[in-house]
Amino acid sequence: MTARVLRCHPGVGPPVEGEALVTDDNFSARYDLDRLKGVFSRPQHQLYGQSYVGKVLVVNTAKGGVASAWMLHEMRARGVAPVAILFNRFNPILAQGAALAGMAICDRFDDGDVTQLIRTGERVHVDPEAGSVTVG
Amino acid sequence: MRLTDTEEAMLAGDLGTPRRWAMEHMLQVGRCFDAQDFVEVHQAHIMADTESLGEAGVTFLEDLAKAPAEHRRVRVPTITDPRGIDFRHYRKLGQTDAMAVLERRAIDAFEALGVLMTDTCINYQTIMPPLLGEHQAYGDTGVVIYSNSVLGARSNFEGGPSALAAALTGRTPRYGLHLDKHRVGTHLFHVRAQPSDLAEWGALGALIGRRAGSYWSVPVIEGIEEPPGSDALKHFGAAMASFGSVPLFHLVGITPEAPILDAVCDPETLPAEDVTAEQLRTFFGDYDASGETVDVVVFAAPQLSLVEMQQVADLLDGRRVHSETTLLVVTSPAVAADADRLRLTERIEASGALVLRGMCFYQSYAREMAEANGWRRLLSNSAKLVNILGGYGYAPSLLSMEGCVDAAVAGRCP
Repeated sequence: MTARVLRCHPGVGPPVEGEALVTDDNFSARYDLDRLKGVFSRPQHQLYGQSYVGKVLVVNTAKGGVASAWMLHEMRARGVAPVAILFNRFNPILAQGAALAGMAICDRFDDGDVTQLIRTGERVHVDPEAGSVTVG
Repeated sequence: MRLTDTEEAMLAGDLGTPRRWAMEHMLQVGRCFDAQDFVEVHQAHIMADTESLGEAGVTFLEDLAKAPAEHRRVRVPTITDPRGIDFRHYRKLGQTDAMAVLERRAIDAFEALGVLMTDTCINYQTIMPPLLGEHQAYGDTGVVIYSNSVLGARSNFEGGPSALAAALTGRTPRYGLHLDKHRVGTHLFHVRAQPSDLAEWGALGALIGRRAGSYWSVPVIEGIEEPPGSDALKHFGAAMASFGSVPLFHLVGITPEAPILDAVCDPETLPAEDVTAEQLRTFFGDYDASGETVDVVVFAAPQLSLVEMQQVADLLDGRRVHSETTLLVVTSPAVAADADRLRLTERIEASGALVLRGMCFYQSYAREMAEANGWRRLLSNSAKLVNILGGYGYAPSLLSMEGCVDAAVAGRCP
């Protein structure tokens, strides 16, 4: 299978690679996660019970409060974090948090809904500075 | 981004390592949102509870605080959001000494940076409200949405690191809510039912926030008959920001940027939706816990104003909280000082309730508190709080302030 290259707005963080975990649900580190166990803990979340550790998380948008700005840094320092998060549209908090954490994040994909462009389990290479995501 | 000479000097490290970090951090964020330059801010407000910071975040602050005084002191008045620990009560809540030690380290670091430990998310009611058009770097989504919407200030959601960067440099990247184009209405709502208490204002904010649904949405709301008061809009905004990550709303005829509908949008081009009494009832219904035993009742998120403290005191006079139920009333240090002086604290605590100051329930290791105390069923009149705590292992329910007090006394939901 040939690799697909998705273009997006330049993001934050270093180039990374990982396995995709995709949902069209939204994301907040405070509202949705058990950060000690590394799993989604909000019962209503589509990824409830699933581990995000080491994954390229693909979600719709950022929700909730400002806590994620510290939490991404804290999660990464303990090694219980996704390697990257891709959004249709994130908010300033996630950009700020990724900048502090050194975590790769990108949003605003040219080809539309990123949660439909990538499937769970696919290998994904994320280059935030270039604004490109290679799948497969 | 275009930088002034001062900004270039800070970026080069001429004004110390903390300011260089701050500039580097804000440039990454600014580029991400296509900012062209920086805008000076009047105040910074930092959210930095130790549950979010963790050991890594506290160490990060301590490293900044090691810089020489002229390099580390903040450049604009800088205040703090609620913290996670009230030192006089933390053991009663099942919080640990390790949490208190981390908290003390964070406070020491902030004080070395010249930060005023106000520990409040109602600074717009108690410390210094912003002026119309004033650029700010506020943390806490409730503070941002209230200040932007009700007072006409201009702030993005500034997470702790970015608020700190703004404090150290006196500026923030000019993007988002600092720009006129992001303050224009994107959604139009017609409210067909007037909320009658704070919980209903929260529910209305939640319904609109959920439907508007993103940081880049600006709901314009018609149909609110008269200004409902600061506490009502506090709950309304906090819930809207919590459910939708929304940073700004306009109430036509009430908030300063929306004297008339046409001032904030082209109504012909916006999709319009009704918000009805039936939808409000359904919202409350989704949190219904009628007849169930109640473990903990919490008034917080946002912290209570002096007026709310009096309302709680009035409701509790001559009554006793059930022996199997905990009632927590959370406010800011400034309001608590007044509440002490006016004997509101004494009246509230005579019922067996506990007044907590300078913290907020959901920023205080809520999961660990639940496990330590066996708490599961939680009641609050804050739509924001019940929204957040679902992810922390609680079964939260939303009731009026009166309903919450009745339940705390009965030990059971009405």
